[in-house]
Amino acid sequence: MTDYKGVLIYGEVIEQKVTTITQELINTGRKLSDDPNQPLSLLLIGENIQQAANEAIFLGADRIYTAAGASFTESLPEHYVVVISDVCKQIAPSIILFAQNDMGRDIAPRLAARLGAAICMDCVKLTIDPDTKALFQSKPVYGGNAIAVWTSENYQPQIITMRPRATAPAELNTSRKGEIIPVTVEVDNSMIKEKLLETVKEDIKGIRLEEAKVIITGGGGIGGSEGFQLIQELAQTLHGTVGVSRVPCDEGWMPASLEIGQTGHMVSPALYIAVGISGAPQHLAGCSGSKCIVAINKDPEANIFKEADFGVVGDYREVLPSLIEKCKALFSL
Amino acid sequence: MNLIVCVKQIPDPEIPPAKFKLDTESKHVTPPEGIPPVMNPYDEQAVELALRLKDKHGGKIKILSMGNEASASAVKHALAMGADEGIVLIDKAFEDSDSFSTAYILSQAIQKVRDYDLVLCGRQAADWDEGLVGSIIAENLSLPLVTLVEAIDVADGELNVKRVILDGYQVYSVPTPAVITVSNEVGQCRLPSGWGIISASKKQIPIWSASDIDADLSQIGAVAARKKLVKLFIPVQERKCEIIGGETAAEASAKLADRLRKTGII
Repeated sequence: MTDYKGVLIYGEVIEQKVTTITQELINTGRKLSDDPNQPLSLLLIGENIQQAANEAIFLGADRIYTAAGASFTESLPEHYVVVISDVCKQIAPSIILFAQNDMGRDIAPRLAARLGAAICMDCVKLTIDPDTKALFQSKPVYGGNAIAVWTSENYQPQIITMRPRATAPAELNTSRKGEIIPVTVEVDNSMIKEKLLETVKEDIKGIRLEEAKVIITGGGGIGGSEGFQLIQELAQTLHGTVGVSRVPCDEGWMPASLEIGQTGHMVSPALYIAVGISGAPQHLAGCSGSKCIVAINKDPEANIFKEADFGVVGDYREVLPSLIEKCKALFSL
Repeated sequence: MNLIVCVKQIPDPEIPPAKFKLDTESKHVTPPEGIPPVMNPYDEQAVELALRLKDKHGGKIKILSMGNEASASAVKHALAMGADEGIVLIDKAFEDSDSFSTAYILSQAIQKVRDYDLVLCGRQAADWDEGLVGSIIAENLSLPLVTLVEAIDVADGELNVKRVILDGYQVYSVPTPAVITVSNEVGQCRLPSGWGIISASKKQIPIWSASDIDADLSQIGAVAARKKLVKLFIPVQERKCEIIGGETAAEASAKLADRLRKTGII
């Protein structure tokens, strides 16, 4: 029997820095490792990752495994699965953490199948049951209408993907010490049947949704693509950016790349203005981390009002022009 | 091209949150009164993508669904949309299967169908929101897999598939047979035509049991489940909404702007 121990995080690096979600995973992983006093390991795949490896130690990881390879969007998922499963077999972690993003959604299920592991996707909270020491995994289900708490007592390892912004990032402590362990995994690429022909990153006009301080989001109540001009104008006035809920994407009024929700972007701006949005839980999943939510909807019964801090009941065609005017006046003071 | 689409019947996810009820004792969601269950919308988009491929390149679409007698209505809906055949997998032994067992059952059924080029699954089911089954089927059958696919085309005997990523997309070339999971960017699905509904109603939908697919009983049902549900609850709403009123929309929005300004939000 393998003796499974500790936590392994799959860490992501952008421009030589550990990503925010990885910092969040380190925070979560640290808490899980401290209780039974087990090692917190982090695996990084990429080039030029030395600096990020040091940063991860300062953030709380004990052992950093580094493997060479192209970035996730420039390589084949199968390549990553082979490398990660090989590392998992070498170090036998009890818990494996991924982010619930492009990478985690794709890799974690394949890895679970290959390792014979248990898996829980899109968790928002992990706790250790004080009596049984079992790991309780909380995740939104039914589009966020409910929360399910799962446990996998008899299965090792346990793979978990964590929803971004579910926990605070770990704090940097430059006195922390750790070990960087380079690993080499031979991947037989001739065994991989799929080929990556191209990766196209769209030019982000303006501010990235994840980094925006102000987001104005339009929903089905906007009624068509023309109505988004008002949304755009309010966004410009407030130095924010535009998001959309599911309906405008499905109807083709706005590009699906702007979708906020469970299946789109997860955002946490200081101000989130939801216009003509009913407030389906699957949309709220993407914006509930916002500091202040304002709802503008002509239906006073709309669910969005239950999840907002401020609400205006009215037709956006009447509310937005005067809101834009008033904001411009306030800003010119 | 022969396509298999795996679909699941679930409680209608579009119901207003106020109508969503569950029993915390039994840890089950209470089906909303008077609202019939539907095909998982993400699976419906998988059917839609299969139909788009068939429209362009021809072929046959077979629908597989594991569940109960009611699941036949999800299969019928897919047939009415334009799929050719359907099979439902029903057995007492299938009950309480987790994603691994479900994927195992579907994989066994897919192997029994034998003649296929592509298996399509929705990105996740809108009930438990995991997104595992399609990927595990690919692993079980040792087939190439591309997840979160928005569009498929055929070029030089291989599939060209467009995979959605957060800030753009990727294009993969995949030999058949293969598995793909379908992303919600597929958008609106076609409505069944009158003729489609009539022809679907006339089609027989065979039922396959555990023995029909030669299922190993130790791999399915509650005994094989890799995780247990400890608790199921409706989260409490944390925000309290202050409705800002006014005689006119202009007055209300002016008050809103003042309020946001005073609290330092803008």
